[in-house]
Amino acid sequence: MDALILSRLQFAITTIYHFLFVPVTLGLSIFVALLETWYVNSGSYEERIKLKKLVKFFGTIFLINFAMGVVTGIVQEFHFGMNWSEYARFMGDIFGAPLALEALTAFFIESTFIGLWIFGWDKLSEKMHCICIWLVAFGSNLSAFWILVANSFMQHPVGYAIEDGRAVMTDFFELVTNPYVVGEYSHALFAGISTGGFLVIVISAWKIATDEESREMFVRTLRRAVLYTFFGVLGVMGTGHLHAQYLAQANPMKLASFEALWETENPAPFAVIADINQDSRRNDFEIVIPKMFTFMVHNSFSGEVKGINDLQKEAVEKYGSGYYIPNDVRGMFWSFRAMVGTGGLMLFIVFITACLVFFKRNSLRDYHCCLKLMPLLLPLPFIANSAGWYIAEAGRQPWIVVGLQKTAVAVSPNLSADEVWITLIGFTAVYLFLAVLAVFAAVMFIRRTKITEEE
Amino acid sequence: MDLNIVWFILITVLFTGFFILEGFDYGVGMMMIGRPKNERAQFVRAIGPVWDGNEVWMITAGGATFAAFPHVYATMFSTFYLALFLMLLALILRGVAFELRGKLQFADWINFWDFAIMFGSFIPALLWGVAVTNLLRGLPINFQMHFVGDFLDLLNPCALLGGIFFVLLFLFHGANFLSLKIADKGLVEEIQRKSFCYGVATTIFYAVFAAVAAVQTDILAKPATVIFLAVSVASVLLGCYSAKVGNACKAFSASTVAIATLTAGFFIALFPRIMVSSISPDFSLNIYNAASTPNTLFLMTVAAVIFVPIVLCYQAWSYKVFKDRITPADVHYH
Repeated sequence: MDALILSRLQFAITTIYHFLFVPVTLGLSIFVALLETWYVNSGSYEERIKLKKLVKFFGTIFLINFAMGVVTGIVQEFHFGMNWSEYARFMGDIFGAPLALEALTAFFIESTFIGLWIFGWDKLSEKMHCICIWLVAFGSNLSAFWILVANSFMQHPVGYAIEDGRAVMTDFFELVTNPYVVGEYSHALFAGISTGGFLVIVISAWKIATDEESREMFVRTLRRAVLYTFFGVLGVMGTGHLHAQYLAQANPMKLASFEALWETENPAPFAVIADINQDSRRNDFEIVIPKMFTFMVHNSFSGEVKGINDLQKEAVEKYGSGYYIPNDVRGMFWSFRAMVGTGGLMLFIVFITACLVFFKRNSLRDYHCCLKLMPLLLPLPFIANSAGWYIAEAGRQPWIVVGLQKTAVAVSPNLSADEVWITLIGFTAVYLFLAVLAVFAAVMFIRRTKITEEE
Repeated sequence: MDLNIVWFILITVLFTGFFILEGFDYGVGMMMIGRPKNERAQFVRAIGPVWDGNEVWMITAGGATFAAFPHVYATMFSTFYLALFLMLLALILRGVAFELRGKLQFADWINFWDFAIMFGSFIPALLWGVAVTNLLRGLPINFQMHFVGDFLDLLNPCALLGGIFFVLLFLFHGANFLSLKIADKGLVEEIQRKSFCYGVATTIFYAVFAAVAAVQTDILAKPATVIFLAVSVASVLLGCYSAKVGNACKAFSASTVAIATLTAGFFIALFPRIMVSSISPDFSLNIYNAASTPNTLFLMTVAAVIFVPIVLCYQAWSYKVFKDRITPADVHYH
């Protein structure tokens, strides 16, 4: 393997790992802020003690996750220069600005106010302390916006010109209002709410079933988290659907690839499963729902959806000879199904849990055995998030910036395969090691902490 | 004054902020070596609320370099590939350590994370010294702005000397910060004795480093740099004296000025270059051939003018909130 493929692998591993924590940060920061607002506005003394403990409880889980997200995020920022120097040269005029703005407008807020929040319980007024966590939530979600502005340009360049062999920014406003950003950001935001909320559901359910003393308070967080997550999952589905429809115009190759539609059809069928043969550019076997793909794209049962082979021909006419099909159609196809499938399953689980906590509240004890098993479902949102990013990024290949620069020419020319092997193994090993320790710390903390009236 | 110069100054400001703020964080982290558990806990608590915000100065300096001088970002980060890898590992372990060390109460757990903080503070301090020296000393950069040397080119004696010098300077700075933040009088006196030793060692290495750099680089070619470095050395000496007589506030101010003037002097020596090529002066990266377009520079200038003062305000406020000295009671449960 050469430095290029190793660099891609390294970027994929570190991004997916980073994005295990990011959605939790996005969603859980808002949830903790809501909890603290509830605490600040609550009445009786006993209630306040318990609510404060609850804020600190979920706050601690948030902090463990937050720390992992922050440190792995620095790696991502450095990567663009370390492994992708020719990309940085070509794109610096455009890509650097949102990255610097992310640090200037979001990271500073996040990092300063998280410090104030952690250590400021006795030093700040209750209201000010609550504002701190809201600012952390704001900063986190703003940083996601900036990085997705940058990513959206790579998926769908706007507001630029090519001068002296590099992309230069002609219109910052256009960059920020790229329609692609709307789809990506809203989808990521709702994914964050779903993930953070689902985490709270799982933890609350488990505490309800295993910790009698703290039970009552976790029933209350469970009720809130169920609504929060329900809202998130519906949002993810809605924005995802709209974004896919938008892809039909903005990046039809990506759309056709994750649906493995090789030939242009009108109306196009939706393949539920397919045995994809990328070499001969067709599916050797598939089970389809007739007209369904057309319906998903056009909201009607007639209408053309372009296939990969025609799009390849169009790309050759536009960019010259070359292979413009994402090189892992099979992976994209199954990732999409994994994402949608886990999303649907989450909606189902959240719905069932909602029925339990709202309509079976008094007989909730009969269902403790089910609640106790909820942690087994925790991987669901993380699978969906990772699969989603895989589709977004693999679907961009062979381009690093669609239509402007290919991934193959973007890699740092001075790197040897050995050097990238060292860092690839190093990052992966340290990341695995830290994951074990962080999960261990979180689980121990969750098991031990009681939410009772005692101070 | 064109925008390229403005951005050279802004990058200087960001790196100055980074070295001053993370300088004492790294110093405090390194000073934990060999300390008993309750003292380490106090040290961590002293920087606990602010280290994350301080680290963002580095991230912003990196991001701003990317935005304003993308070729510098590209060349520098790909050149220092393995060094940055090592630094990232150190920063990762250190950042997680602050969060996880207090989560479980058994000794091995805390000791491990405290080691991570020490390691994670030492490595970046050393490597920034190495990197900064190499920028000025020159690296084999070809006409395409590509680094054509190997890892060992980065680890020359002069650069290592720069690395050790940074470690000592940050230790000195960190000790001065701690003597402002710790309540235990006996401990503060001990830290101030340490600070004096670090200050003396810093002065010696400063002299050696300056002498070697004067031979190997053109650092002393500009009068302004000479003046700034002279002020810097004088500040270190003043800081030494202040630590000796027990004036913590003056000592910390002195080491702050020492770092600020050192950074300023260094960037003035570089100007208008940012990365020097040892192959040919024509291949050096400077504020014009490495820069973004005026359009982007203008946009970023507006953003910096608006947001940097705001950041300074709320960060200053957070230091004010945490102005109290740390008592052993503050950390009894950590």
